[in-house]
Amino acid sequence: MRDVASILPLAVDAVSFLGDGRRLIDGLSFGVSAGGLTVLLGPNGAGKSLTLRLCHGLLTPNEGQVRWAAGAEGRSRRHAMVFQKPIMLRRSVEANIAHALAAAGVFGAERRERSRAALTRFGLSDHAAQAARLLSGGEQQRLAIARAWSLRPELLFLDEPTSQLDPAATRQIEELLAGLVAEGITVLMSTHDLGQARRLASRVLFLHRGKLIEEAAAATFFAGPRSPEARAFLAGELIW
Amino acid sequence: MEFGAIFKAAFALVVGLDPGFLAIVGLSLRVTLTAVLIAAVVGLPLGAALALARFPGRSAVIVCLNALMGLPPVVAGLFVFLMLSRSGPLGPLGLLFTPTAMIAAQVILVLPIVIALTRQTVEDLWSEYRDHLRSVGLEGIRAIPTLLFDGRFALATALLAGFGRASAEVGAVLIVGGNIAGYTRTMTTTITLETSKGDLALALGLGIVLIALTLAINAVAFGASRIGARYA
Repeated sequence: MRDVASILPLAVDAVSFLGDGRRLIDGLSFGVSAGGLTVLLGPNGAGKSLTLRLCHGLLTPNEGQVRWAAGAEGRSRRHAMVFQKPIMLRRSVEANIAHALAAAGVFGAERRERSRAALTRFGLSDHAAQAARLLSGGEQQRLAIARAWSLRPELLFLDEPTSQLDPAATRQIEELLAGLVAEGITVLMSTHDLGQARRLASRVLFLHRGKLIEEAAAATFFAGPRSPEARAFLAGELIW
Repeated sequence: MEFGAIFKAAFALVVGLDPGFLAIVGLSLRVTLTAVLIAAVVGLPLGAALALARFPGRSAVIVCLNALMGLPPVVAGLFVFLMLSRSGPLGPLGLLFTPTAMIAAQVILVLPIVIALTRQTVEDLWSEYRDHLRSVGLEGIRAIPTLLFDGRFALATALLAGFGRASAEVGAVLIVGGNIAGYTRTMTTTITLETSKGDLALALGLGIVLIALTLAINAVAFGASRIGARYA
């Protein structure tokens, strides 16, 4: 599966992104190397989603650049993204996965095999023929993750994947994510849910107003954040 | 002929499958279905492209297309007549007063409906799907097949709307077809002619078929939206 040179580490280098004349992302630099789950933490409007979109290539930075390991450019990008609100095509559950595979240039028997494998892996086999948009919220997000997984990404971006889910569904998604990390997939996800960050993160990037305020191993960060902003955020105070 | 007898004669025509009667119905369907098919082949991709493209004057194009949805059929007929008449630019083709000319006129009527409704449907879908489709590498032209497929139920309704407009109109086919018996005489032109001649049974029989057709179209459209709802 990992027969090609790795696209990691990902290097975000002095990236800025402007919108409405404001610097929504301001001189952001960090790296993501293989393994583990990195959480982008911060209050609403900190620029977490924008950062993920810039990394995934949905947005182009106005300044700076997003670089992958040498030789990782090309059609098969091997990084995938799951969005806050699952985007379900008006097709069956299985067809949603098959569509993503077709877009990645996978056809025929291999496509069928990989769709089935994703359905099985994420416990969706019983829903295979069901219309994707009629699944529950938690199942939809599970399908979105299965769909991304079927593309065999090295790095998976998730944008607040559980913010619209109830506690039970959230728990399930968190277990899935832990499983993906155990499987060797590198994860970069945003959340404003402190409990979730504590449960999942191996590393934390704390963002505030488009700037990277603090970067630390999760244990270190939660034991004692260095920056006043992060301390305030962890204490549950409003920070602007 | 008194009123009840007219109805009786009309029903006899419909139920009796009179060959002359069937020929008229058949020609109408052939012309209209061909026009809708052409409009679909041209209009679906064009409408989708218009939904995704951004260029100066795009809004003007959209407004014009929406306006063309209400184009009076006689004007469309007049336009095709001018094009195909002996002194017109396409005169040498000798197509005036043929079913082909009628198809051309109806394509002009149906195409704006198909393009405009496709544009709307695809644009709505794109705003919902954009992030995911771009994420899996489908942008621009490569996104169009997905968007058309996922809009299939709304688009089927758009095509049925086009079919309804084309099958019911009389002005355009009358002008460019010439209402030649056995050759370019459709249901609507026949009704016009026979009513003025006083052969009310034939006119009414065709009227019944047209109404049945309209009912069928609406039933199919309703069914399509019901099936569509299963995919929400």
